[in-house]
Amino acid sequence: MFDASTFTQALPLIMKASQMTIFVSVIGLMLGFVIAILVVTACLSPSAWVRRCGNFYTFLFRGVPLLVQLMLAYYFLPTLGINVSPLTAAIAAISLCEGAYLGEILRGGFMGIPRGQIEAAHMVGLSSAHTLVRIEIPQALKLTTPSLINEMILLIKASALISVVGVAEITRTAQNVAASTFRPLEAYLIAGLAYMLINGVLSIVGHYAEQRFGRA
Amino acid sequence: MSVDFSLISQYSGQILDGFGVTIISWIGAVALGMAVGFVIAVLQLFTGRWVRAVLRVYIEVLRTTPFLVQLFILYYGGPNFGVSLSAMDAGIVSLALYGSAYFAEIFRSGFLSVPAGQVEAADCLGLSRISTIWRVQLPQMLVIITPALINMIIILSKETSVLSIITVPELTAVLTQIGSEQFIYVETTLVLCVCYLILVAITQKLGGWAELKASRYLQR
Repeated sequence: MFDASTFTQALPLIMKASQMTIFVSVIGLMLGFVIAILVVTACLSPSAWVRRCGNFYTFLFRGVPLLVQLMLAYYFLPTLGINVSPLTAAIAAISLCEGAYLGEILRGGFMGIPRGQIEAAHMVGLSSAHTLVRIEIPQALKLTTPSLINEMILLIKASALISVVGVAEITRTAQNVAASTFRPLEAYLIAGLAYMLINGVLSIVGHYAEQRFGRA
Repeated sequence: MSVDFSLISQYSGQILDGFGVTIISWIGAVALGMAVGFVIAVLQLFTGRWVRAVLRVYIEVLRTTPFLVQLFILYYGGPNFGVSLSAMDAGIVSLALYGSAYFAEIFRSGFLSVPAGQVEAADCLGLSRISTIWRVQLPQMLVIITPALINMIIILSKETSVLSIITVPELTAVLTQIGSEQFIYVETTLVLCVCYLILVAITQKLGGWAELKASRYLQR
């Protein structure tokens, strides 16, 4: 039933493909974080219209499946005259989607900071920007560390979907191995193991980070 | 760029069929996944260390691998171990298994949230273990876990779009097909977005109502 030679054959390929998965996830996470900060600023803005825009962004990108967003990035951008490679489309879709999810997480973090802290910071003469960087962001990050780690694991898993537009990450490589060796079970099992390994490391690092930075 | 919805309107019948398949696979997966998840959570309460360890591995494996890979293992790898399912069945079953791991964790946290004194009190009153779960623990934990359950149900509704990859004729598959037949990708993808947004918005509304229903006994 099992064919061990497929494992040895696929292993180096999957290892190499893991780099692509990690690359896309890290870039997606970083860009997503930038978008999330914009979204959360909009969501917590004093102006009702700006708030509405932020909320609409969140509703849109959390309400539509990532697969559909990927197709939108891949097929829609070229009709606007922007030609995108599969990799660019994948990164664009992942960061836009991630922006909405991370934004919601950060919003929870910012709302968890007692109002008195911000008032106190103003009283001791900190500017608004200073308060944001020195008082609010460090505490929001502390409060949200567990959710952020969780979101990273979800992101690694979501990156499997970009195989659909043809980016050679773990799942796509496993598909190729399955097609060339006719051993789909082994190919996809090894892909699954690769994801488990990455996520296992992530959750251990996350656990450590949580003890180190969180709950101070 | 021009967006023209006249072509796509000819396909409204097919789109509705696809929507139907999406809803059937979603509801099937939610019902099956929630049942399996609940059973796993209850088993974790009653069984010994070894069974618990096995259940823990089941949950962690399903939670740390992408749904797409699980789907491929069941659909393409399944025949290797004698499980040959149609695309639709494989889709519903793997979505249900994927969901069951998350539902099990939600139910487990629910059981943990009910104070032990409540269970002891029910025991003293002579309630059986089953009716303690059904009459004492479940109603109390539902108040707390309903939002998480609704959230997971919404996630699963979006996850059904992945089934299009193994050729289940659901909404995403139907609209992609129409898009490539008529070269109207923009229109089809926009319709797709709107359909999912409507689905999610309705589920959210129903979820709010379910939350009220679950916490009703607190307001008496």
